[in-house]
Amino acid sequence: MSLSLAFLDSFSGAIEFIFSSRDAVGVGGEVGGLGQVGELLGEHVKVSGLALAASLAIALPVGAYLGHRGTGELLAVAIGNAGRAIPELALIAFMAAFIGVGLLNVTIALMVLGIPPILTNTFVAMRQVDRGAVEAARGMGMTEAEVVGRVELPLAVPTIMSGVRTAAINIVATAAIAPLAGVITLGDFILGRNVYGDDGVLAGAILVAVLALAVELSLATVQRVLTPRGLKLERERARATA
Amino acid sequence: MGLGAIILPLAQGGDGFVRDPAEASTECVAKNDTVCIGWALENIDRYVTPTLEHLVLVVVSVLAGFAIAFAMALISHRRRWLIPAFTAGTGVLYTVPSIALFLLLLPITGRGTLTAIVALTLYTLQILYRNNVTGLANVPEATKDSGRGMGMTDRQLLWRVELPLAVPEIIAGLRIATVSTVAIATLAVFAGAGGLGAEIYNDLTFKTGIVVAGGIAVAMAILFDVVLVGLQSRLAGWRKAHEAGAGDAGRFAGALARLRGAHS
Repeated sequence: MSLSLAFLDSFSGAIEFIFSSRDAVGVGGEVGGLGQVGELLGEHVKVSGLALAASLAIALPVGAYLGHRGTGELLAVAIGNAGRAIPELALIAFMAAFIGVGLLNVTIALMVLGIPPILTNTFVAMRQVDRGAVEAARGMGMTEAEVVGRVELPLAVPTIMSGVRTAAINIVATAAIAPLAGVITLGDFILGRNVYGDDGVLAGAILVAVLALAVELSLATVQRVLTPRGLKLERERARATA
Repeated sequence: MGLGAIILPLAQGGDGFVRDPAEASTECVAKNDTVCIGWALENIDRYVTPTLEHLVLVVVSVLAGFAIAFAMALISHRRRWLIPAFTAGTGVLYTVPSIALFLLLLPITGRGTLTAIVALTLYTLQILYRNNVTGLANVPEATKDSGRGMGMTDRQLLWRVELPLAVPEIIAGLRIATVSTVAIATLAVFAGAGGLGAEIYNDLTFKTGIVVAGGIAVAMAILFDVVLVGLQSRLAGWRKAHEAGAGDAGRFAGALARLRGAHS
């Protein structure tokens, strides 16, 4: 009983930290409250958004090109496997120690985590598109660019988006340790126990978790919007006959 | 903005430094502008304990996660309406960043290895469950019919036909989960569980330390992957190992569609 009560106390303290500011532990000044939460949330979203956008800009065309041509399978799969093996903490620490701190460097570090799942999934998704559909598109007189843009990519949306979601989750999660490289995200609450106290640490964890879930939900919505109606109908039909 | 500058040095102060002041007198370490190979070779023994801690975190978490995910897959195998619920539940656990999960668990399980293992275990469930389900769903209906024709019960069919045929996907899931867990376990330092991440976090500006500890983590991930590929070819030599590695999400979607279709 006492355990569960102490546990609730910790969480109510954290919620209080989010909504109203208080004196910092040790050093002077005020911490917490919606003002600071908003500022750090903004920075977290900014660096994550930049990293995800840049990862997409690189990985999507490369993955689509390799997948369309059907070459470089080993490369695409190897990049995906290697991406998973990169230790997040070592990556951020390496970037900060060897190349320097700041928004650009953290964005690059996060891209290292974002590119592999998008590239690999885009490649695989393009390869999985029914060859018959591609041949039919060519038979209708589509150019190669049209085949990619109007047939292969739309049909590949679900698998590509699952790679984008993995990338986004990794990026948002790792952005939580970005303060180690000088970008003050929500992770500052987590890493700065000496200033924010235990309530601040727990508040940071709650905020990062909520942000990750919100990002995942928004991307699920994006996926639903981007998925061609034909694919959705096909699935509904499969479900109806099950 | 200004707070970060104050916090950074403070955040490192608590746990003591990996570099001994005495050894920092080594010219290379004192200058700290490159990787000191000499220092790394002389001091490699200090990485034994963190490496073993890391190994325990990974092995225990993946085994526990596999036991849970395997049980969930078997439960939902005959009750397919559970698959969407299990998929969504493990998906939420996968979405919550591990560093947040570590700290959310602190008030419940306290600082230490237990917290890290619980969080890492929960984190593996999504991948392991998804691949277990995909493996079982990909077994052709005709193959199962042959088994039934030979007079197998559902239980015999599961253990003698379906599970052996699902081995490549199941091990592919284990590979992804293990490699990811090795990487994510570097964050277990925030749960107070030590591991290779502690060597990095305790001295964030020491270049040699970052490269050595990070290098050991990457090597451990590769080693696990090689071992699991070996296991895969022993258990399922009839199918090439790399076939099962790529495009798991797409295979999962395809398998689910086939599952729905199979009962029409």
